[in-house]
Amino acid sequence: MTAATELRPSVGQRLAGLARTLISPRGAVFLLLVVLLVAIAALNPSFAEPSQFIRFIQRVAPVAIVAIGQYFVIVGGEFDLSMGSVVTAQVVIAGNLIGQDEAKALPVLALMLGFGALIGLVNGLIVSFLKVPSFIVTLGMMLALLGAVLYWTGGAATGNPADGFREIGRGGIRGIPVIDILPWSVVILVVVLALAVWFAKRPFGRTIIALGDNPTTARFSGTRSWWVKTSTFMISSLSATVAGVLLVGYAGVHPSVGRGYEFTAITAVVLGGVVLGGGRGWVVAAAAGAFALEALFTLLNFAGVPSTYRDAVQGAIIILAVAYSATTFRARRRGRALEAPAGQSPGTPPPQAAPETSPASGAKTDDSPETPATPAPIPSTQRADNETKGGS
Amino acid sequence: MRRRYTVASAMVGAVALMTLAGCTTDPSVTDSSEAPESSEEASVEWFDQALFDKQNAERTVVPEGPEGQPWLQTINAELVDTAQYASTGAKKACFANASISNPWRQTGWITMNQQLKVLQDAGVISAMETRDAQDSDDTQIADIDYFINEGNCDIFLISPNSTAAMTPAVERACDTGKPVVVFDRGVQTDCPVTFIHPIGGFAWGIDTAEFLIDNLEQGDKVVALRILPGVDVLEQRWAAAEKLFDEAGIDAVDYFTGADPAEIKKIISDELAKGDVKGIWMDAGDGAVAAIEAFEDAGADYPVMTGEDEMSFLRKWKETGLTGLAPVYSNFQWRTPLLAAQKIFAGEQVPAEWVLPQSPITAEEVDGYLALNEGMPDGHYAKFGGEDLPGYPQVWEDRVVP
Repeated sequence: MTAATELRPSVGQRLAGLARTLISPRGAVFLLLVVLLVAIAALNPSFAEPSQFIRFIQRVAPVAIVAIGQYFVIVGGEFDLSMGSVVTAQVVIAGNLIGQDEAKALPVLALMLGFGALIGLVNGLIVSFLKVPSFIVTLGMMLALLGAVLYWTGGAATGNPADGFREIGRGGIRGIPVIDILPWSVVILVVVLALAVWFAKRPFGRTIIALGDNPTTARFSGTRSWWVKTSTFMISSLSATVAGVLLVGYAGVHPSVGRGYEFTAITAVVLGGVVLGGGRGWVVAAAAGAFALEALFTLLNFAGVPSTYRDAVQGAIIILAVAYSATTFRARRRGRALEAPAGQSPGTPPPQAAPETSPASGAKTDDSPETPATPAPIPSTQRADNETKGGS
Repeated sequence: MRRRYTVASAMVGAVALMTLAGCTTDPSVTDSSEAPESSEEASVEWFDQALFDKQNAERTVVPEGPEGQPWLQTINAELVDTAQYASTGAKKACFANASISNPWRQTGWITMNQQLKVLQDAGVISAMETRDAQDSDDTQIADIDYFINEGNCDIFLISPNSTAAMTPAVERACDTGKPVVVFDRGVQTDCPVTFIHPIGGFAWGIDTAEFLIDNLEQGDKVVALRILPGVDVLEQRWAAAEKLFDEAGIDAVDYFTGADPAEIKKIISDELAKGDVKGIWMDAGDGAVAAIEAFEDAGADYPVMTGEDEMSFLRKWKETGLTGLAPVYSNFQWRTPLLAAQKIFAGEQVPAEWVLPQSPITAEEVDGYLALNEGMPDGHYAKFGGEDLPGYPQVWEDRVVP
């Protein structure tokens, strides 16, 4: 009987649930995004016009795609600091190898994807088998790639590739009513996001989260950790490659394209409520984090903050936003047991999860039997564990 | 395991915030000791009325020196005697270079090496040992000290990375009693035999701002795209332009772009969403194409624009037919240090401050420069001044960076 009433909550409960989701870290980023977008539109009403807004999405697309790739690595318990330089390397490869010859576009695109996958493979294998922390491996990869780009170009732009290739990032389907133009970047972003959501729900995607949550239990439950881990690095390098293709079109070739993208992506992912260290987070929130970040930059542009202290304002706001998402996490962990986002785990009745959170100290031992059975995005037992991590 | 993540998370978080907060660790030519604390003070700090007036006057001076060889011409030269350095035989030059990390420096570096070949063939220079500081003050100080102690140098050529930080090292080089030639960015000492540079940043700012003011109405919006803060030659360009815009009632707003075309495009798109942008001012031409493309993508009218004599801008300027001006930070100055060395060893007088001509490329001249540099890559600079050197044009077209 109780099950029936739970399946059909009243309007009030729904609203309360929605409100709770919005102030929870998983939802906070959406709330932040809405606030920022409304603020931008208030400062500059033309921003809210569909044709302007679609251009905004077009320009966030590369960052959002990089954030989606970074999400899989972070939720799997690692970092990928090489993403920005992969973007840079791909941009330079496109500029140098395609040149003005459009016939070379497809072969070079294939080469770029292969190169991206290779970088991810190398990162993943070194992390998995040589047991080097990913922080170091990808930092090394970042420097190696930047050095290679510097060697190849001498640090200067070489010239843009053929316009046909740049059309992917710059052009779109024109003549559409209301939005005027549907940029290819937006189409690609939607496809990537849909693939990511689908992939995250597949058993393999859930295994990534389980591995990030507790590598030991994941291993005991039969996960091939090396392959799962390596594939997350390949996903991130490939997403950086896609972002590189979009950026060549959007901006053009320059060794500074992609600079800082790894940190923007990590910040976006954290802003999206994904826990550094792995095991929890939602890919859509990570993408929303990228949108929130870019909206923040745009807001500062529109608000006319002077260039000399714009960066300081940016930094302060990011610290506050991330701190908010961290504190709401902790508060929620102490308070309610599980906000049970509708549609995520409808089969889990809340009362079962509730008692587990309180004994924080004993969480570590409680993990083992629980986690492999339900490698859901938000396994309640892990919270206590994460709390000790955050507090120490 | 968990502990590792805590540390790593903290590190990533810290670095991420630093980066996002704009502490880009790109050290290129920024000098923290000179970096201004706030924008209000900065514009006051960088503006120097005396220097502004000096460079403003130098713009109209007809340079002295051989016709058609601007790299040997001088403006208001005060000659100094170099008889004490006169000596025969081939000499070894030691070159402490700040970096070759931008297309302007690359172009100049190629030209310099071709000039070196000419002087080697003439038996003036035996060899040039070069150390590239890769935009790092510390590295360049070490480079200069290495040259002093172990370089066996007959002459020091120094292109300083930053002004204040490099001054003591340059003084140490002077103390060896061997001739020192400084070019491009300056140092705060007059111990070098000669300091070679084009007129300067204020002249650039005056040329560009006057052009925009002439072509725009009072109250029009100008977006100023600046590469980075804290470098004197760049700050002076903006300090002069900002002052003139202010006086003329032009609504100018400035942004730092790091020359990143994606960043430039975002800035222009946002500004276009806010309202009409009538003019674009740049403190260096890198990224000019992205700025123009932003207008194309937004379907807005082309702006009145000042870029630089980089080929990418000249080509886009021609292609779009916009109203433009290409200010020039004379790239041919890279030839002058070696030629100065030749004069010094011959005991000929050189100017204590060797001010080279610096004149913008106008709409009437652009076709000529485009034709002259037809095969050159986008990152090439039209006024590179190497047309009479061996290897022209192949070496510049292929970007043979030694």
